[in-house]
Amino acid sequence: MTGPAAAVRERDPGLQPERTRLAWRRTTLACTVVAVLAAKQAVHDEIGPAGLIAAALCLLVWLGFLRVAHHRIRTLGSAPRPAPMPARAALTATLCTIALAAFAVAIVV
Amino acid sequence: MTEFVRGLRLWFAPQRVREEGETPDYRFSLANERTFLAWIRTALALIGGGFAVDQFLPGLAWGVRAGMALGLLAAGVLCALRAVNHWVRCERAMRRGEDLPVTRFPTVLSVVVAVVAVVMVVVVLFGWEGGS
Repeated sequence: MTGPAAAVRERDPGLQPERTRLAWRRTTLACTVVAVLAAKQAVHDEIGPAGLIAAALCLLVWLGFLRVAHHRIRTLGSAPRPAPMPARAALTATLCTIALAAFAVAIVV
Repeated sequence: MTEFVRGLRLWFAPQRVREEGETPDYRFSLANERTFLAWIRTALALIGGGFAVDQFLPGLAWGVRAGMALGLLAAGVLCALRAVNHWVRCERAMRRGEDLPVTRFPTVLSVVVAVVAVVMVVVVLFGWEGGS
């Protein structure tokens, strides 16, 4: 009987971890859309070895982002007061974004 | 500029952020993280726009298309770099108990987007009719 009450008291009324988790999910979704666009573009012109390698690189970048997001979402869910985001996670997310942009530049030019 | 270089060093030695000051309320850190993620989404949207311009506007001349795509992609990269830089600076300011860093970047970005939108309206109204 005291279990749920204690859990409710511990819960942050601002739902900060939940909101942050959802922000990670939204960002993962945005990254997925861009990665799909990139992969489509890579295979669009000709399905040769170069296109397949490019698509595989897109998949790799997307998996890298997914890994960071998954780790972070798990950390946010595990503790009532989650630790701040490690700078490595921020850097990896940024690098994945820039990698997709570099990929787009390679396709356009 | 030196401030920027110091911030840059913090990117690659993240543990140094932890050594300074006190750990702020976790809610502030999470809010900072969400702001970072929102900027990353903005960057991803700009990059997606770059892909879309290249992919879905085959009627444009190559130069115009490439220029628009590269502009959007450059804006996206800038946004992503700025996101991580601003996140590090905010985190450090909170640890030291300083004021949060102020920045003109959102203003610049919104002005650029507004200008591009107005140019697009003009192009749609007059340019295509004149061209075809």
